[in-house]
Amino acid sequence: MTISNTRQITPELIAAHGLKPDEYQRILDLVGREPSFTELGIFSAMWNEHCSYKSSKKWLRTLPTKGDVVIQGPGENAGVVDIGDGDCVVFKMESHNHPSYIEPYQGAATGVGGILRDVFTMGARPIAAMNALRFGAPDHPKTRHLVAGVVSGVGGYGNAFGVPTVGGEVNFDARYNGNILVNAFAAGLAKTDAIFLSQAKGVGLPVVYLGAKTGRDGVGGATMASAEFDDKIDEKRPTVQVGDPFTEKCLLEACLELMASGAVIAIQDMGAAGLTCSAVEMGAKGDLGIELDLDKVPVREERMSAYEMMLSESQERMLMVLRPEKEEEAEAIFTKWGLDFAIVGKTTDDLRFRVLHQGEEVANLPIKELGDEAPEYDRPWVEPKKPAELDVSALPKVDVADALLKLLGGPDLSSRRWVWEQYDTMIQGNSLQRPGGDAGVVRVEGHASKALAFSSDVTPRYCEADPYEGGKQAVAECWRNLTATGALPLAATDNLNFGNPERPEIMGQLVAAIKGIGEACRALGFPIVSGNVSLYNETNGQGILPTPTIGGVGLLADWSQMARIGFAAADEAILLVGAPSAWGTHLGQSVFLRDIHGRAEGAAPPVDLAHEKRVGNHVRALISSGIVTACHDVSDGGLAVALAEMAMASGIGARIDAPPAAPAEAFFGEDQGRYVLAVAAEAAEEIVQAATKAGVAAARIGTTGGRELKLGEAHAISISELTTAHESWFPKFMGT
Amino acid sequence: MKSAVVLLPGLNRDRDMIAALTKISGKPPVTVWETDTEIPDVDLIVIPGGFSYGDYLRCGAIAARMPALKAVADKAAKGVMVIGVCNGFQILVESGLLPGALMRNTSLKFVCREVKLQIANANTAFTRNYQPGQIIRCPVAHHDGNYFADAETLARLEGNGQVVFRYAEGTNPNGSINDIAGIVSAKGNVLGLMPHPENLIEAAHGGSDGRGLFESALGIAA
Repeated sequence: MTISNTRQITPELIAAHGLKPDEYQRILDLVGREPSFTELGIFSAMWNEHCSYKSSKKWLRTLPTKGDVVIQGPGENAGVVDIGDGDCVVFKMESHNHPSYIEPYQGAATGVGGILRDVFTMGARPIAAMNALRFGAPDHPKTRHLVAGVVSGVGGYGNAFGVPTVGGEVNFDARYNGNILVNAFAAGLAKTDAIFLSQAKGVGLPVVYLGAKTGRDGVGGATMASAEFDDKIDEKRPTVQVGDPFTEKCLLEACLELMASGAVIAIQDMGAAGLTCSAVEMGAKGDLGIELDLDKVPVREERMSAYEMMLSESQERMLMVLRPEKEEEAEAIFTKWGLDFAIVGKTTDDLRFRVLHQGEEVANLPIKELGDEAPEYDRPWVEPKKPAELDVSALPKVDVADALLKLLGGPDLSSRRWVWEQYDTMIQGNSLQRPGGDAGVVRVEGHASKALAFSSDVTPRYCEADPYEGGKQAVAECWRNLTATGALPLAATDNLNFGNPERPEIMGQLVAAIKGIGEACRALGFPIVSGNVSLYNETNGQGILPTPTIGGVGLLADWSQMARIGFAAADEAILLVGAPSAWGTHLGQSVFLRDIHGRAEGAAPPVDLAHEKRVGNHVRALISSGIVTACHDVSDGGLAVALAEMAMASGIGARIDAPPAAPAEAFFGEDQGRYVLAVAAEAAEEIVQAATKAGVAAARIGTTGGRELKLGEAHAISISELTTAHESWFPKFMGT
Repeated sequence: MKSAVVLLPGLNRDRDMIAALTKISGKPPVTVWETDTEIPDVDLIVIPGGFSYGDYLRCGAIAARMPALKAVADKAAKGVMVIGVCNGFQILVESGLLPGALMRNTSLKFVCREVKLQIANANTAFTRNYQPGQIIRCPVAHHDGNYFADAETLARLEGNGQVVFRYAEGTNPNGSINDIAGIVSAKGNVLGLMPHPENLIEAAHGGSDGRGLFESALGIAA
């Protein structure tokens, strides 16, 4: 089937392209005539929410994006951060939510492929990946199928491409039943003097198409990703692209060789809205026009129309502006890797975006306005309502040990081994910490002691209760996880997943979360250098939990001083740092309250950013001094879960004192800004005193050793029993 | 001793292997490209892991038909040592340089974890730096590592001591028959194994149990 170029533009056709009547009027005003069908497709691709950020732009501008180490902030394919010695880290996180729900394997695979391409388009070799995945309730009939498909898709692409997946998240909640989240993160390493950007330069220069051939897959994908789902969602399967990691791996090697040859003036990957978006971006950024001749585009299907070629989201493709004298050398590199190389157009000085097909001009549009004049909305929003504080006195007493076992053996806190063992976590030979700790850590190739830490975090139930505090908490937890390895947090990427922004209460969540994220990033000196917004995550009017995922990067100057979560030896002192005198107090919105008492209630735990920073900096300094033998942040499930994870990681148990106040709050409260440290017993007293002097609360709460975890008065649990509970849930759920 | 690493599109542990050989032997290996019909004079040729040509057909099937693999076969016939790791093992099997087949893991899933390997034969050019029966740690990362051979071939492999590495202590990750993780050719100069010893050779890897294989092959004293 071919979609004709000469279709009549009707109100129905406009609506089918996701354009509102006033948006169409704007198009008429810009073009000064009725657009051709291909032009309508181009506008729909450029002006949808996914590509234009029309609902979020106003608020995204408020985020801090600059810093001493920031080389490139948002607006390019990925952010770039200086790590010294002429090296930089290039990273971004991006969602592939809608496609992954429709076709989990390919949706997730191409999500990974897309983010890897964003990173290597800039001249960086990918060195680490993470995936933040959120699924519906475990007992929902589609959940298992989606988990299996997404996990194997992530692995299928990343493993074949050859990047270690070193971290991520997997969570379940009924609010994702109809809209799962697949947020893919990738980071790469580049030289600071060899970063490649998308801005075209020079008139009359060849525009070159690189990589795989264009097919009909993914036509209109970005528009689909900007719509709500309904019961006919299965009909959208043809809008999902198909990934080919082999071609992507060849494209990586060919692009890096090409960049080293000096042939590249500008380069842009073809992601959402393929050829349209990449060509317009390159031209508009360089204040140049672009002329494309579609007859030169390598295609894998016959009789493709201009409309289809311009909107195809076939994967593993790039567009670049070439130094003409290097053409032969450049083409030889692509031929060697078996990839297409075709001159498909040229840069012009008329600021028009012209598309030719079979001797006919099928589009002629003002290039700057296509991007810059995209509609921008200041959508109405309402301040989110805060839930009532939890009345703790009404909670029935429970046994701490039994509760811990139940939490560890439940959907949200059980081991994710079933997932990450399907990912290659050690390829490239630089993985110092693999999934299961606070952050993934990868050493910097070519440097004797440096390493990079990566973590992805957000607690959607906090964001639902209080998007502002939840936004702060996502940033703080990411910063804390990096710190817990000893890394200095450098910068972050945000992937904001929300429902329909046309509903004021959803827009209110987005606004508040961005305010919270901005507040935390400013306070912690942790700028946002790249990101992605995914809205309309909604099915039949039910939105997802607000999920602003934060992916952070930190730098370890010397990985030999890196901290891990496992207790390293027996008879060491266990310190709780940054906690209130009662150890823990806040049960509102905790996993304990939800999974043990069946109540999703109360306020989200507040984050005191000054406290967060002071405690984190203190802990990091302790780790760098080499005195800390194990470190873990306290997050979901509270102190009890943190201690259990430390014990399970190494098989060394612990005996914890009776808490100074109520055991449920002390062991399961989710107060923020806390760490558990292990240190040599004889050093403990001095460390506690020094911390107190520095204004950081620290207390010795127990001693490592044995093969059991004993929490205060509760009965001791053997580590093997903990591990069995922790490791069984996922394989049992998946039936393998 | 001099070594070479075969590069084919889609292989992705080539950099790991080159780094390992360089660190252990002190000099970088030469590289051989898919279309090369000759391999320089070396003592050891390594085919690293990955997904050659995407492995969209049977793993290693396309790679085995490339000119570089013909050149590897010629060298192997002359007694040059050859190691195929993971996809490299699959390619050697597809090339007919080693017997048997590598099927999909019984779990039907990709598996990346650390396993235990027993040195089933310490009397080979690749294992002489290990003790007989020694148990070592080693990572695996593959989707199709389930070794199979017919009864007659299996009896011959076992009888000749051609089974060199065996998954130990219940850690067989893929369902391989007789827990086979690695085998050598009848002449003893071609080794194929699914695990990745190149990813366990230094402190940053958390151990160096994999070093012995390369040190044995490169003639470096333990």
